[in-house]
Amino acid sequence: MKYIDEFNDPELARRLFDEIRATVTRPWALMEVCGGQTHSIIRHGIDQLLPEEVELIHGPGCPVCVTPLEVIDKALEIAARPEVIFCSFGDMLRVPGTDRDLFRVKGEGGDVRVVYSPLDALQLARQNPGRQVVFFAIGFETTAPANAMAVHQARRLGLDNFSLLVSHVRVPPAIEAIMTAPECRVQGFLAAGHVCSVMGTAEYPDLAERHRVPIVVTGFEPLDILEGIRRAVHQLERGEHRVDNAYPRAVRETGNPAALRMLEEVFEVADRSWRGIGRIPASGWRLSDAFRAFDAEHRFDVEGIRTEEPAVCRAGEVLQGLIKPTECSAFGTTCTPRTPLGATMVSNEGACAAYYLYRRLNGQTSPAAPAPQGSRAPQEEMNPVG
Amino acid sequence: MADLASAAAEAPVDPANWTCPAPLRDQPVVVMGHGGGGALSAELIQDVFAPAYGNPTLAAMGDSAVLHLGGTRLAFSTDSYVVRPLFFPGGSLGDLAVNGTVNDLAMSGARPACLSAAFVLEEGVELTVVDRVARAMGAAAEAAGVIVATGDTKVVEAGHGDGVYVTTAGVGLVPEGVDIRPQRARPGDAVIVSGPIGLHGVAIMSVREGLEFGVEVASDTAPLADLVAAMLAVTPDIHVLRDPTRGGLAASLNEIARASGTGVRLRERAIPVPEAVVNACGFLGLDPLYVANEGRLVAFVPPARAEAVLAAMRAHPQGGGATLIGECVADHPGMVVVATGLGGTRVVDLPLGEQLPRIC
Repeated sequence: MKYIDEFNDPELARRLFDEIRATVTRPWALMEVCGGQTHSIIRHGIDQLLPEEVELIHGPGCPVCVTPLEVIDKALEIAARPEVIFCSFGDMLRVPGTDRDLFRVKGEGGDVRVVYSPLDALQLARQNPGRQVVFFAIGFETTAPANAMAVHQARRLGLDNFSLLVSHVRVPPAIEAIMTAPECRVQGFLAAGHVCSVMGTAEYPDLAERHRVPIVVTGFEPLDILEGIRRAVHQLERGEHRVDNAYPRAVRETGNPAALRMLEEVFEVADRSWRGIGRIPASGWRLSDAFRAFDAEHRFDVEGIRTEEPAVCRAGEVLQGLIKPTECSAFGTTCTPRTPLGATMVSNEGACAAYYLYRRLNGQTSPAAPAPQGSRAPQEEMNPVG
Repeated sequence: MADLASAAAEAPVDPANWTCPAPLRDQPVVVMGHGGGGALSAELIQDVFAPAYGNPTLAAMGDSAVLHLGGTRLAFSTDSYVVRPLFFPGGSLGDLAVNGTVNDLAMSGARPACLSAAFVLEEGVELTVVDRVARAMGAAAEAAGVIVATGDTKVVEAGHGDGVYVTTAGVGLVPEGVDIRPQRARPGDAVIVSGPIGLHGVAIMSVREGLEFGVEVASDTAPLADLVAAMLAVTPDIHVLRDPTRGGLAASLNEIARASGTGVRLRERAIPVPEAVVNACGFLGLDPLYVANEGRLVAFVPPARAEAVLAAMRAHPQGGGATLIGECVADHPGMVVVATGLGGTRVVDLPLGEQLPRIC
């Protein structure tokens, strides 16, 4: 496929690995911001092939993971109502709320549907005038414009049975929060390419300057990621800290003007809580006053639901590269892929699961045994089904 | 941005307090993932069905059971078909109901002989729909060389079904000298897939409500018993066969690795994935290794016989795309590891439940 195969070429990848190896002279810690980038890094084993000086820290750019417990609980409450058709991106269905997930609500009779686009949910609202259709509008700057468009169209069509449960978050305030956190180890960022394709790059020079970190706008295919790493390492070795666009086939400095206009019209910047991280000022969006009537929290009176996040694991420190998974006392004992305490032990992209696997792959038995960086895919203990 | 920055600086985030959500693993009600062919399905069998009526034959957990009856070895299998929509590019519920059970029998090396067909019909479904399903079953049975020997029909009230459900069971005879089961995988075995993967799952997803997208992909649904016979003709000593339906190649290979206590090592670049499947999976955020197939098999073959089996497969209409994708190893028992195109590795785990389209 055009734009996929070309960015997977093993020979070109080898040259980029060689260039990175030739450039690097001392240890650097880079954070890839987006979960999609993490996924690609693990899927292709890129982290295993980098010189040991280059450490990749997996950032908080997984919209599913950072959607706060409180919002999930609100979604569960709304989805369980008989008049509601609750529409969501597929991977939100198995994210747990306080005591259940959307799969469970569906199993108990709730009308929960997986859609690929908010416009499909809008279509459902038109087809089911007697039902209330709610779309779970989560995600970063990438998904927000289409959700804004759906509400915009709903107003134009006069649909009073469509609403959004909004939990949108923005990348730049998260980078700010990471850089101002005590003990921050991140020395350079691979910024999320698709976020920048919507927003442009204007939000980043100030961050790069104030925190003296290179920010390289990076894509998602293996060669994109290697090129992002190469440019970040190049800057770090020269003591530079600029915003650099390594994803020019998708990202313009000005972003996508039509999407930006839509965001401007429908949403307003608001404080947001991030699951596992906490409240970050101005880190998200909510519907603006003009579109408040389409706010599902208001329509279904769930604004009062308040949920405290339980402190269960040290995944945050792992995510920041502050501790290795093996340094957590729960690692390999109370926390395994079969009985996970946190997402880092569950997800394909999780560092803890990777360490657990690495230990098993190498026949080590002590959970506390230090594991070098390397193989990062999880494996469950499971009785065979066949 | 400057005001945002200063606001964040006033309230630094303490990473010591970061936490992460974990998916709920203990479900008190049936969820869709229990039917997904992955870890939740395995738990259902292990926690509910095996304690209730487990026995050594069931515990073998092949695609079909092999029974010693009257001096013969009889392969026996059953499957229910609940696909939506009923008709999709490349096939229909009727094709699946025949080919699926025929293939389950073939995966023990059996020559399928006959099927039963039980219909659960929902009140209000148009008879022309039932007729189309039945005709598709007739044509598929003829193509597979089996007869539908017995049947049953039940009707449920409107709203209590999803149009048409079909359950088929089938029997066949396992030839002398053939012993094909997941426990027989041995280090060194060549791992062969009979053709391009992921076509059925992508064809279904492309027409499913709420996910429609334009691809010209047809389901690969097809009977595989004749292909298996062609393979056995060149070597009766095939160790394992599996048709990677729900859960895809990843689920089948994990099941084999766990049943046999061996590891499986694949070369990602060798795995045949059609471009349309690559594109659709990229778009939906799915991994082709987990996408369902209905007309493919994966075979574990002694290395000395691999070339002969590959040649026999490629000479058969259902095996034209047969490819060596990896081997069975003694390392990492119970695990499937893929060497990536770039030279790294990753483990391919048993899917938890249903594969879900990712948000981004």
